Formats: sequence, C-alpha cells, structure tokens
Amino acid sequence: MIRFLLRRLAFFVLTLFLTSLLIFALTRVLPGDVAQVILGREATDAALEATREELGLNEPLLVQYVDWAASFFTGDLGQTFSSPRRDINELLGARVLNSGRLAALTLLLAVPLAVTLGVVAGLSEGKFADGLISILSLSVVSLPEFVTGLFLINVVALGMRQLPIIQSLDWWFPASSSINPNATFSEALPFLWLPAITATLVLLAYVIRLVRAGVIEELKKDYVNTATLKGIPRRRVVFNHVLRNALIPTVTVIATSTGWLLSGLVVIEFVFNYPGLGRLLIFAINNRDLPLVQAIVMVTVVIILIANFTADILYAVLNPRIKLA
Amino acid sequence: MDNIQRIVQGVLRFIRQLFGDPQTAVGTTIVLLFLFLAFFGNALAPYGANETGDIPVSAAPSTQHPFGTDTLGRDVFSRVMIGTSSIFQKAGLGTLLAVLIGTVIGLYIGYQGGWIDEATSRVIDALLAMPALLLALVILGVIRNLSLEQGSLQFLLARNSVLLVIAVVYVPIVARVVRSSTLEIKTREFVQAARIRGESLGYILFREIFPSVVPTLVVEASLRFSYAIFLVAALGFLGIGANPPTPDWGLMVEEARGGNYNIAPWALNFPAAAIALLVVGVNLMSDGIKNIVQKSE
Repeated sequence: MIRFLLRRLAFFVLTLFLTSLLIFALTRVLPGDVAQVILGREATDAALEATREELGLNEPLLVQYVDWAASFFTGDLGQTFSSPRRDINELLGARVLNSGRLAALTLLLAVPLAVTLGVVAGLSEGKFADGLISILSLSVVSLPEFVTGLFLINVVALGMRQLPIIQSLDWWFPASSSINPNATFSEALPFLWLPAITATLVLLAYVIRLVRAGVIEELKKDYVNTATLKGIPRRRVVFNHVLRNALIPTVTVIATSTGWLLSGLVVIEFVFNYPGLGRLLIFAINNRDLPLVQAIVMVTVVIILIANFTADILYAVLNPRIKLA
Repeated sequence: MDNIQRIVQGVLRFIRQLFGDPQTAVGTTIVLLFLFLAFFGNALAPYGANETGDIPVSAAPSTQHPFGTDTLGRDVFSRVMIGTSSIFQKAGLGTLLAVLIGTVIGLYIGYQGGWIDEATSRVIDALLAMPALLLALVILGVIRNLSLEQGSLQFLLARNSVLLVIAVVYVPIVARVVRSSTLEIKTREFVQAARIRGESLGYILFREIFPSVVPTLVVEASLRFSYAIFLVAALGFLGIGANPPTPDWGLMVEEARGGNYNIAPWALNFPAAAIALLVVGVNLMSDGIKNIVQKSE
C-alpha cells in the first residue's frame, strides 16, 4: 500500500511539474512580449519597463519559471493587472469558494440521480427503460451547457414567472446569478439552483453511461449465474453482489469528472454571471491579465490533480483485489 | 487493385450498416444535411451574412425571413446556413488534423516503446490533466492579443487559431488511444513476421499495424468530432473563438441573449437549435459507429 501511495504521489508531482511548465510556456513564452500584451499597443516605454520589472520579465526564462513556481508554494501570487489592482490570493480565495459551492450542489443533485438512472438502464438492458434513458442522455442531456443554461433562464426563470401559479409563490428561480462574490452560503443558495441544474444535466449523461456499462458488464459475470442458480432472489443478487462491484468504478468516475465539471462551470458561470473561478478566467482573458490567467489555470489544475489522486486512492481502498504495484 | 476493391466494399458495407439502424440513420442523415450546408450554405443563403439594407430589424419569422431577423436587421436563416461551414471547418478539420497527428505519434510510441514512449506518455498525461476548454481558452486568449504582421505565417496561423487549438487539445487523446491499440497489435504474428522480413519502420507502422487500428480510430474520431463541435460553439459563445460580425453559431447565441432576447428571441433560438441538432446528430451517429465496430469485432 505504501509503495502504491508513493508511486501515485510521484506521478502527481511529475504531472504537476509538467503542467506548470506547459502553463508557463503558454502564458510567458508564447506571447513574446508579455508586458506589451498586458498593457496593450499604446503603452508607453516607461510603463512597459515598470511592468517588466514587476513581473521580472528581464530575468532569464529559467529564473522566471522558478520564481513563478515558488510563488505558488509561498502563496504570494502577486497582484492583478486589471484595475482596480488587487491581491490575486484574496480574489482567488472567494472565487474558489463560490465555484466549490456550485460544484458541491451539482454533485449532490447529479450523483444520486445519475447512479439511479444508470442502474435502471443497466438492469433493463435493451428494454424500453434502457432505450428511453439512452435517448435522453444522448440527446436532451448532452446539449452544450450554454444552450441548456439559456433554456433554463429564458423558459423557466423568465417564461414561467408569468404563470399565475408561480406568481402566488413567494419565490421563483432568478434569471441571473450575479451575486456579491463574498456572499455567504445562505445568501448564495437561491442563485445556485439553476446553474447547478445546468451542470447536473451536463454531468448526468456522462455518469449514467458509465454506470450502465458497469452494471451490464458485472451482470455477465459467472458469479451472478452461480448466485441465481443457487436460488438467491434476483433482488438480493442485484443489491448485494452486482451493485457493490459495479459501483466501485463509479466512485472514481465521479472524482475524475472534476475536470469535466470545472470546465463546464466556466461556461455555466458565464451564462448565469455567477462570480466563480470560471467567470474570473473569462474576465482575466478579456482584460489581458496574464498573471491572473496563470494563477486561475494553475489553481484549477491543482484541484483536478488532487481529485484524480484521491480517486486512485479511493479505488484501491474500495477494491482490495486491485494489484497495488 | 484487389486492395482498392476490398476497401470500397468495406466502406459500402459500413454505410449500409449506418443506415440499417434507425437511430444511427437519423443521426447520419442530420450530419450529412449539415455537411451539405457547409459546402453550399453560402451559395444557397437568400441574404448575405451581414447584409442589412432594406431588411426590417428584429422581424419575427415569416416566409421572407424563415428564422426572422436579428436586432441589427440581419437574416438569421442566412446566417445559420453560412455559419455551418465555419463550424465544420473548425471542428471538422481540427478533429481531422488531431487524428492525423495523434495517429502518427500513437503508432510510433506504441511500437517503439522504451523511453520515448515513457516520456511522451508522461507529457500526454500532463496535457490531459488540463480540461480541453481551459487549454483552448488560454491559448486563444494569448494568441488574440498578439500584434502580428498581416500576411506573415504567424498571422495566417492566428487566423485559423480555433482550428489549430482543436487539433492541439485532441492530439494527446488520439495519441493515447492509438498507442494502447498499437501495444496490443504489435505482439501479433503478422507484425513480427514483417519485422523479421526486415520491412522498414514506416511500412510496419502504416501497412501492418495501421489497418488494425482503423476501427478504434473511427470510433474515437467521431467522438472527438462531437466534442469539438461543443468546444467550438462554447468558444464562440464565450466571445473568444470568433469575432463579430462572423456568423459563428456560438457567437450568434451570445449576441442575441440578455436584453436582445426580449426583442428578437428567434435570433437566439435558431442558432442554438442548430447547435443542438448537429450535436445530437453527431452523437447518434458516433454511437451507431461504435456499435457497428463492436459487433464486427
């Protein structure tokens, strides 16, 4: 087990290193003159020089990389370039929390639903229920996030608001989730539902299909036949044997879908104007704020890698048969 | 000659199978319809993409303007038709490029093995740790702000940046899939026979191993294509994949949302429906392709 952990840890560190090199290359080397990109074409020489000084752009690339990478470990990410200039740490903290709330609510909605539908589809392979769930997850649910999001805004939030039955309610889904970035959870919750439902739909199709495949594969195994022939009721075979085995990969799938979820959130936060990490990234790109772009992407990658790492460990813990070498 | 005949027969059988299953047939028909528009949409569109002139502003759908007109008075029907070619160029050609490069890399590292395989695989892992959309956003965000000389090679590349970015983000995935197929195929006898005969590396990779990779590759390519459409549409919507006044479907949706939606909802609904229909079509088709390939194995 320890050897397995160490191997995964080494892999984690190596991937992190390579990804950080990639991000550095894309945001420091590819632009050519970083100061020019940040300040725009009309910048004065003095301003350009000041920016180069602040970011250490006059140093050799290797020194720049080491400084930049070190800033992540010391937790001092510098300041944004888009005005008003703010500490990136502070800005990111609030945004990570907001995206985290949205992601957590999404998982809370998506996982039970997806597992149930996936199991139902898998158990009724080739029958009506399976066909229905397959068509739903292939078509309606696999629409782009922004199409689903806009549908929910225009048809549900705005369109249904006019209905008398809705008007008699005290509350209805707001069309925009543009809230104060430092809102508390209870303040934010009413604005989280529609974005979370959108993200749920995105995640649903993906998880359903994997759960379904897992159940179908497990049902074909010999032990299922043995149990059935021994006269064990079908329900017990399914719940006590098949699901236990079929759902182990699902745990990993959910953890590894973090990357999928986070990139979906970029679009969803933009659609709903929700102040999370994704909307901040679009803001940073539109304002040519390269240091902020670097920081956001790096933080996102670290979150994804930690999720993947956790998935590996969970898989090993849940499935003692896996070879730990 | 025999070879060509065999390939043609194989392709014909494949097409028959595509239309044999109702779900797949519907998907394939949708995709072919859009492909037709991608080639001829420009010529068939009743109005120009940015033609305004006498056209009424924010007009509801009518026989003259089947999809209505947007808040600037552009014919939405024409813009959707003309926009088809842009999404096929970016998503289709981008996927094709990714498949070509990814196949060569995957075949090579899978067959060679050793440290080249190990090193490349780690780089692929690192690239895959970053979600495609994120990688695409960062690259496009940087490229967009470069001041490039008109007519230079960089300028040409930057003009096709979305296509190239699609290729860049999908090369690692295709390479990994091809690599794992190659690992299995290279142990088979016919490959070993070719090696013992002293065939060249290129011959072994492309004449011996490649044909066995094709089924897996077709499945992967159709899957990538559907994700690429997603990605291109999302980039357009985020305002980073296309600049106004391009008739890009994603950008059209973005321009028509918010306050404009109350005035001209059709300007949002039709391009959004076009994206949805194409994605559903490609998904149904790629699902069918997967089933056909699995059956024949």
